[in-house]
Amino acid sequence: MRLRAISKTFRAGGMEVRAVDGLALDIARGGITGLIGPDGAGKTTLMRLATGLLTPDPNASSATVHRSRQQRDPTVELRVLGIDVLAEPMRVQETIGYMPQRFGLYEDLSVRRNLELYADLHGVAHAARASRFAELLELTGLGRFTERLAGRLSGGMKQKLGVACALVRPPPLLLLDEPTVGVDPVSRRDLWSIVQAMARDNGVTVLVSTAYLDEAEHCDDIVLLHRGRLLGQGPPRRFSEAMRGRCFHVSAGSMRRRALQLRLSRDPAVLDVVLEGAGARVVARAPGALSLPALAAEVSDLVIRPVEPRFEDAFIDRLAAAVGSGRAPAPLPTAATTSRPGSGASREQPSKATHAVRPGGDAPPIDAPAIDAPVIEVSGLQRRFGRFVAVKGLDFEVRRGEIFGLLGANGAGKSTTFRMLCGLLPASAGKVRVAGLDMRRSAPRARGRLGYMAQRFSMYGDLSVLQNLRFFSSAYGLRGEHQRARIDWALATFELEDIQRERSGDLPLGFKQRLAMAAALLHEPEILFLDEPTSGVDALVRREFWQRINALAESGTTILVTTHFMDEANYCDRLVIMADGEVLAAGTPMALIERARRPQQPEPTFEDAFIALISAHRKASEQAA
Amino acid sequence: MSDAHQGTRTDYRDTVDTVGSIAARRMRLLGLIRKETQQIKRDPSSLAIAFVLPVVLLLLFGYGVSLDARNLGIAFVVEQPDADTASLLGAFRRSPLFEPREYRDIQTAERAFSARQVFALVWLRSDFARRLRGHGDAPIGVIVNGVDANQARIGTGYIQGVWRKWLAGWLREQGIDGAPPVVLEPRIWFNAAVRSRDFLVPGLIAILMTLIGALLTSMVVAREWERGTMEALLVTPIRIPELMLGKLAPYFALGMGSMLLCVAVGVGLFGIPLRGSVLVLLATSALFMLVALGMGLLISIIAKNQYVAGQMAIITTFLPAFILSGFIFAIGSMPAPIQWISHIVPARYFVAILQTLFLAGDVWRIILFNSAALLVMMVLLLGRARGSFRKRLD
Repeated sequence: MRLRAISKTFRAGGMEVRAVDGLALDIARGGITGLIGPDGAGKTTLMRLATGLLTPDPNASSATVHRSRQQRDPTVELRVLGIDVLAEPMRVQETIGYMPQRFGLYEDLSVRRNLELYADLHGVAHAARASRFAELLELTGLGRFTERLAGRLSGGMKQKLGVACALVRPPPLLLLDEPTVGVDPVSRRDLWSIVQAMARDNGVTVLVSTAYLDEAEHCDDIVLLHRGRLLGQGPPRRFSEAMRGRCFHVSAGSMRRRALQLRLSRDPAVLDVVLEGAGARVVARAPGALSLPALAAEVSDLVIRPVEPRFEDAFIDRLAAAVGSGRAPAPLPTAATTSRPGSGASREQPSKATHAVRPGGDAPPIDAPAIDAPVIEVSGLQRRFGRFVAVKGLDFEVRRGEIFGLLGANGAGKSTTFRMLCGLLPASAGKVRVAGLDMRRSAPRARGRLGYMAQRFSMYGDLSVLQNLRFFSSAYGLRGEHQRARIDWALATFELEDIQRERSGDLPLGFKQRLAMAAALLHEPEILFLDEPTSGVDALVRREFWQRINALAESGTTILVTTHFMDEANYCDRLVIMADGEVLAAGTPMALIERARRPQQPEPTFEDAFIALISAHRKASEQAA
Repeated sequence: MSDAHQGTRTDYRDTVDTVGSIAARRMRLLGLIRKETQQIKRDPSSLAIAFVLPVVLLLLFGYGVSLDARNLGIAFVVEQPDADTASLLGAFRRSPLFEPREYRDIQTAERAFSARQVFALVWLRSDFARRLRGHGDAPIGVIVNGVDANQARIGTGYIQGVWRKWLAGWLREQGIDGAPPVVLEPRIWFNAAVRSRDFLVPGLIAILMTLIGALLTSMVVAREWERGTMEALLVTPIRIPELMLGKLAPYFALGMGSMLLCVAVGVGLFGIPLRGSVLVLLATSALFMLVALGMGLLISIIAKNQYVAGQMAIITTFLPAFILSGFIFAIGSMPAPIQWISHIVPARYFVAILQTLFLAGDVWRIILFNSAALLVMMVLLLGRARGSFRKRLD
């Protein structure tokens, strides 16, 4: 693939958005090339340009601007497999395989019919089909579901079927647009092994875009995009090698992780900090030994050790350079602005509670949340839909100021549980107490004390930021001076002042998310429910978001969150992993990781632990069936 | 897993036809048609529009909605009953159009009239018989409820008709001949029974075919855009004519099936005559179906989501077909500018053909002229759709 001076501009509501900006790029034949970049980097536009579905803009910088439209601008060049896409889009479309982001499956047709349709379209001879289908079905593990309607498959299986459809005739080039988005980790792993098998065995060149940075390591070559421009290209190892000597793991047994992260994020020597294991993972601004004199003076048992760099570190580094600053958002003003008792300032300092001895003795000291009465109590919680049992008897407790995670593959019952906790859905059996109130009897009163941020952007897109905040604050019953004070607080805390008059529908994703969170916090809820708050959000925005969540938890708000990003599990104090409506495991992230430690896997990640649990569960339920 | 595959792997390049060959084209087209057919079978709403809606509408228009005035209640005021008034009342009683109720005084009758218990008042004064036999100029008072202007006009005509017929018979009985020098004897052609059903049902077929061709088709194409399946289809060896034909063929069949169902119900259940030839009916219906499909395709190219496509189809095709086609409202009695506008409504031509075919027969002048208009529209619409359907997203 060869691109020269490729630009593409979209017009939306009077604004011009340059999705791809003067890109010059070569992608070699063979292997897997990853197209990586944050939301709005131009990944999808680039894919569509390569398929001939979009035509590039004329080159604004060349002298040939004023040529008539019929004449081609020779400086704009777009070739795929040696074919000139601009001149012969049909030939490209005949040759390549393409799976758009919203996979092109017919949900009302069965798996087999979908495959047959694409076999017809690609002219696969009838004689060759039986063996081809069998091979693809085995590869994707869909063999048992051939007669099932595509719409009834799980998200992961749909994506696998989408890939299978694009592969009915192995194309010399396969374009996959974010095939793993919204797919659970087990299915993601399967998808990658399918793609790698195709690249290796059938000599298919693959161009795959992804929002998951850890997937970069599966690729042979990486194209890093940001705002339509090329930030870098090369094998993933070259990206991460550049970061060698800048990555450290910092832990301090006497300091709670969140407090540690907060401190580190304010340190000028630190570019990026994420929670990992018992401490925090730090990317330094400059190579060399990381010294944190201020922190070391304060905490006696500070341990800093260098760690292997990852692709993600390089990604953050390059993006920070491109954006101009990698600075973390201003931390939330904490107890001072909240009038609630129990969120005392004493918790700012490492308190006695953090030293609470855990059963098990040698387990590393992990955040021990403040000992308070549980804010959420769930016991024997069940939910049936007809004969289908979506949630089969859950038991857990969440204490004040905890970040509590609900993790699970699609269809595990997370959302159903969530809705019951918020009082949006009555429980079929069992007990739910939220903020000391029985959700069966006092759901409306309890709802006044909790905030909810839905998975999808639930603000009014055609209202301005300020209008949205005004509306939601009045919906929560705030009036007069208090309302004004809270809106001012929201605008200041979430840095929305400069954009308060803008239409919220036009905002970039990160701002939308801030606005949604601000709206959910206007009435100073004790508990905040976040339903997949980071899905579809890129790594930068996710970091910023979690810093805010951490600060919020530090100020005493209890947070319940569902997520499908495995690395985000590290931010939770405790979590449960769900599958098929039941709890597979519960505990701190470290404890769950510990359980996955095997001789053949000495340093498991949380994702490894999750996959091990889910796979064991699936095996067990298959044997039972 | 890869090792296991190494052995079974075949080189597919040998088994794939070249993209442009006739066999490959046929395979792609049949694949699309098969897919579309299965989708129709699985989608209850498209089957409902094609087969349930026609029956419901036919029953509604066949039994319920009628533009005829029938079983009209009349307050028959006879101030002084005698043989002559009884004879006239009998004439009204015998007519299937009226249900007369006898009153002795005008006051009670007027009360019934005001309460809308009766549609009209026929008032025979006490001197009716005397004047009739005396000078032969016996007036009868008729008051008609004019709220529904159409019904009032029809009702008045019917009342006059019954009166004249009775008078003529009465005169003959009396042996007075030649009394009314001119007798108007209306004879109604093509729909001798003057049943509005006979002319509504053919029009209904045009409406239903518009609905299937334009509304259903535009919505299913928009659905493909909305769900992203179109994007995947575009990046395959498929050609635009194949894509269009793959969409048109199944809905063409669906529309024709619906048309046949309408004809069967209309002729079988309602006894509507089909005086023209079935072959001409099929040919002109096929032509109109293509026009409707062309409109549907054009809409779906402009509107890429189902909601907008549905709204556009209703406003630009269904409503004009309902109002401006002559299906219910006679085009000839519309103001001139609206008559001109009606010329761009394809259903207008088809309704004219259908009404002629069902009620009059193969009147070639009408059929050929209207078919020619439809043919021009078909070429324009399908040509335009072909021209603006691109394998592009921008």
